[in-house]
Amino acid sequence: MIEFQNVSFAYESGVPVLEDLSFTIRDGEAVGLIGANGAGKSTIFKAMLGLIPVSGTVLVDGVPVNRKNLPEVRRKLGYVLQNSDNQMFMPTVYEDMRFAPGNYGLPPEETERRISQVLAQLGLTELRDRYNHKISGGEKRMAAIATILVMQPEALLMDEPTTALDPANRRAVIRTINGLEQTKLIASHDLDMVLDTCSRVILLHRGHIAADGRAEDILRDQALLEANHLELPLCLAGR
Amino acid sequence: MNQVSRALTEFQEMDALAAMDTPIHRLHPLVKLLTTVVYIFLTVSFDKYDLTGLIPMVLYPALLFSITGIPVGTCFHKLRAVVPLVCAVGIVNPFLDREVLLQVGALSVSGGVISMLTLMCKGIFALMASFLLIATTSMDAICMALRKMHVPGMIVTLLLLTYRYVSVMIEEVSVMTDAYHLRAPGQKGIHYRAWGSFVGQLLLRSMDRATELYQSMQLRGFQGEFSYVAAPPLRGRDWAYFCGMAAGCLALRFVPVAELLGGMVISVD
Repeated sequence: MIEFQNVSFAYESGVPVLEDLSFTIRDGEAVGLIGANGAGKSTIFKAMLGLIPVSGTVLVDGVPVNRKNLPEVRRKLGYVLQNSDNQMFMPTVYEDMRFAPGNYGLPPEETERRISQVLAQLGLTELRDRYNHKISGGEKRMAAIATILVMQPEALLMDEPTTALDPANRRAVIRTINGLEQTKLIASHDLDMVLDTCSRVILLHRGHIAADGRAEDILRDQALLEANHLELPLCLAGR
Repeated sequence: MNQVSRALTEFQEMDALAAMDTPIHRLHPLVKLLTTVVYIFLTVSFDKYDLTGLIPMVLYPALLFSITGIPVGTCFHKLRAVVPLVCAVGIVNPFLDREVLLQVGALSVSGGVISMLTLMCKGIFALMASFLLIATTSMDAICMALRKMHVPGMIVTLLLLTYRYVSVMIEEVSVMTDAYHLRAPGQKGIHYRAWGSFVGQLLLRSMDRATELYQSMQLRGFQGEFSYVAAPPLRGRDWAYFCGMAAGCLALRFVPVAELLGGMVISVD
């Protein structure tokens, strides 16, 4: 589904963020991207979405990510931003949800059908006509996911989906993520959530892959996590 | 809640007003836009001394306030920052034009005073009509109507994005103002020494947010022009509203209503 072949990227200052990175995400996989701040998690998403120019090759469903293919690539990938306020910019949840289908020229009936279906799937039907600035943080996070699902992407890229959520809303987001069938790539410091939602984990350290394997194995490896400025998930720490 | 947060809330309240359900709200945005343009055009076309002819033009906003139930006070409350500026436009007229045009008992009214009052009325009427348009039509619908009038897509998109980004900027100002005052207790406003860094930071933060927002739009297929909600076709009642209102405004503009009414009163006497 998503393939990185020797991908590197550095900002203008010359500081490398991704260095010769290669990995493959298969269809239907749920993969957690973990690592300390600045490890390159968000940059990987930006590279997949063609938001930054990288050296090496990024393939999405066999399609190379380049200027020519951007519309096709971006239609396959749904990106849920860390800050929902930056994602939800239309006045109401409904208007935000119809933004992408409108841009892709979907017929109004199909758009309506998808919106109703996604809202029902996520249990958000009552949010449909609510104003974005009047819904809670948890509702906004769920609504942000809904605005992406309505595009019917083949893969979901989620940047810190549980940040700043109370336990109940965090649990609701985790349930929602687990209920989605798409390929999922989740960047997070919430290792308990990663353990709950992902079967595979890629551990990044300064733009390199420090470990790539089963979530259970990596997230239980205290020495490995601590060497990369992380800690055991709370549920495994025995505290 | 600080002053900036209140401003943001007020800004967002306009969207809530536009989402009300009244006969005027249900009209097609294009006819509301056209009616407003016709009204403003006719209002500003009055001669600078034709105050008596201009005053009956208040009937249009008065009718809309009455139908929609939007309080007149809400209009002036939201426009409180602009109304003084509009009123100030003709403030020097009484000093420049001292020719006496009207004698009310012992009181001499100069042409400058009349033209100042006329300018003030024109400005306030135009503001009320614009407010009513925004209060009864969402910004998306107005932009869709502008596109239907073949206003270039670039200009309409700029208008819509500006409308969206204003709230982003106000949010940033609100957060920064709170952070400032928490570390400068008892201080009124922001000290002038901090203005430079405050504005610089505000621009940087707003740019960061705007960039992320724009990227989010791009990732959802945005290619420079919004796809507006498909408007229902123009119906008979939409055209009836436009024709009725336009005819009414034309009548108020060209029939000296105030003089006729005055004449009737005098003849009754």
